[in-house]
Amino acid sequence: MSEVSLSHLLFLSTALFFIGAYGFLTRRNMITMLMAVELMLNSVNINFIAFNKYLFGDKLDGVFFTLFLIAIAAAEAAVAIAIIINIYRNYNSIEIDDADSLKW
Amino acid sequence: MTGDYKIILIPLLPLLSFLLLGLFGRKYLTKSAGLVGTLALLGSAVLSLSVAADYFFVTGKVNGVYQPITVLKHTWLAFSPGVSIDMGFLIDPVSVMMIVIVSFVSLMVHIYSLGYMKGEERFATYYAFLSLFTFSMLGLVLSCNLFQIYMFWELVGVSSYLLIGFYFDRPSAVAAAKKAFIVTRFADLGFLIGILILGFGAHTLDFKILIERLTTHTPELKTMAGTSFLGLSALTWGLLLVFMGGAGKSAMFPLHIWLPDAMEGPTPVSALIHAATMVVAGVYLVARLFPVFAISCPGALHVVAYVGVFSSLFAAVIACTQTDIKRVLAYSTMSQIGYMMFALGVSGYGGEHGLGFTASMFHLFTHAMFKALLFLGAGSVIHYVHSNEMKDMGGLRKYMPVTHITFLVACLAIAGVPPFSGFFSKEEILKAAYQNNFTIYVIALFTAGLTAFYMFRLYFSIFWSKEFDTHHSGDDHHGEGPWTMKIPLLILSVLAFGAGFVPFGNYVSSDGNALSSEFHLALALPPVLIGLFGIALAYTMYVKQNDLPRKTSELFARIYKGAYHKFYIDEVYLFITKKVIFNLVGAPSAWVDKNIVDGAVNLSADLTEDTSMLIRGWQSGKLQQYAFCFFVGVIGILVIVMMWH
Repeated sequence: MSEVSLSHLLFLSTALFFIGAYGFLTRRNMITMLMAVELMLNSVNINFIAFNKYLFGDKLDGVFFTLFLIAIAAAEAAVAIAIIINIYRNYNSIEIDDADSLKW
Repeated sequence: MTGDYKIILIPLLPLLSFLLLGLFGRKYLTKSAGLVGTLALLGSAVLSLSVAADYFFVTGKVNGVYQPITVLKHTWLAFSPGVSIDMGFLIDPVSVMMIVIVSFVSLMVHIYSLGYMKGEERFATYYAFLSLFTFSMLGLVLSCNLFQIYMFWELVGVSSYLLIGFYFDRPSAVAAAKKAFIVTRFADLGFLIGILILGFGAHTLDFKILIERLTTHTPELKTMAGTSFLGLSALTWGLLLVFMGGAGKSAMFPLHIWLPDAMEGPTPVSALIHAATMVVAGVYLVARLFPVFAISCPGALHVVAYVGVFSSLFAAVIACTQTDIKRVLAYSTMSQIGYMMFALGVSGYGGEHGLGFTASMFHLFTHAMFKALLFLGAGSVIHYVHSNEMKDMGGLRKYMPVTHITFLVACLAIAGVPPFSGFFSKEEILKAAYQNNFTIYVIALFTAGLTAFYMFRLYFSIFWSKEFDTHHSGDDHHGEGPWTMKIPLLILSVLAFGAGFVPFGNYVSSDGNALSSEFHLALALPPVLIGLFGIALAYTMYVKQNDLPRKTSELFARIYKGAYHKFYIDEVYLFITKKVIFNLVGAPSAWVDKNIVDGAVNLSADLTEDTSMLIRGWQSGKLQQYAFCFFVGVIGILVIVMMWH
């Protein structure tokens, strides 16, 4: 069984990112969109870890950034869910298409 | 000098009273406002008298010549070395005389108003404005440079505006206030340009230095006299423009149109501002710059003389036909100021030649007393009759004895009957005119006769003529007025009688030297005789109601009609402003403003609107569309960057 190389990991993270992007652009449910955003964030995490391991093996910077990102992602999820709850209270729906009054 | 604090307090006390009454008067001092203002003024008047006594008898004279003294000079705005705007007080015979007149007449008016304005809703505001005016006027006469005088000049204009428009619920008062303000403002534009020309030419604004530089052989004078514009030298232009400002304030022809209308204000205000003090500011200004006029630029002085004598005759003719007693007095004021102006105009500088200057200042002094008295007397009459029209009056001598006697004293004074004060000052003016310009002398003599005639026409119509119709006033009428109104009348009548005995030439003259003028019977007699003739004429026409006035007016129908309509000067102004300026300048300017200036602004607004309408569909409110655009954009940029390399 061959070694996992950098390009494998980059492939994985790119795939994950575009799956997330696709989900973000196509799903109408805001919770699902939030999950898609999390996917994109995690693909970035994988990038960080991969570059850290393969290019700067003696340093830990990438790992620290990943930890930051996880914390930020948690905060972002909290804010996003709060927004979604408020939208639900106002529109009785969490469909993104219903919340379109902010135009013109 | 220990007296400095006194001098600064003279204008400061009214200012304090203005601030106090202006800020707190309407709420807390509704009843005591008059007392506060009067006490402040009493302080000012006492200080003025003590400064005057100090100056004239102790400190002023150096080697027998009165010297101008500048005190408390403070550099305010320094533009460059040598050119700065200073603040300070200039003490010389003329300014000392002026502070005495201003504070004294103002004090009388303050006391008088205690009775006259009693029960007025805006009593405190009235006193605040009076104090503001007094402060400005005192500041004006004490100013030590052209710019300072200009600032106080405008302050005086503002307070005059406020007081004319005091009864702002009357449209006529509002119109009169606006008219006064705009006409004098227009004149002040000339004044400002004149100040700039003189200041630029002399490299200073300070009176003392300016006069020194422009009367002796200095490079400044050479440049100013040498530079010419439209045929006149820069110096002449500067002086004429300064005189234009003075003519506006002093209601000289053709800038006099505001003064008769200014009578819309309360009568004590007319006495203070439009008779005794503010309107002589123009005379004061010319007197202030007199050495420059007389020594370096006699041409400008001729203009002063002719404008003065024409205004004097012109106003006297109109005064004979007016029926509103305050308007008669207003035209009389204009006529008397014309006297002062031409007296300055015919005067030379120094020694015997300076007789006109002394006479002019003397007349200013006596005129302030008797004209204030006339206005206050007219105020009492209006207070009693509740009307300004002569036809509503008559036979009042029985009902208003104090007013009657004091008014008679003032009339005799203005008519120049010896030994009343007006006789002495008028005699000197006429002597100065006789010595210099015979044409002016003849016109002035004729005007003196007219003056006596219209003043006694006024006097007989008010106090004699028909019986006063008392039945509509009833028994509960308030009578002649409270003592606060009578006392100023009595004090002023004593002065109007006695002011002529002051040996004026000893104190005020063009160069500071004492000037004693001999009494010539041959010169003193004609004005007295022509004055008595005017009085006799008025007596036959107006002491009893008869047909003579009507017949006379028919005899001189054309002149009478013209004079009755004030020679249509107002109509000329209206024609010029409404027809000429509005149509030729105003309408095209309005068109440019509406179509080009506004058009440019509207065009930019329309363009923005149209573009926005075009692209507003892009703001769909759909989050995922935005996100898609964002992704596509990022990828697009990425592709471009990659292809670049």
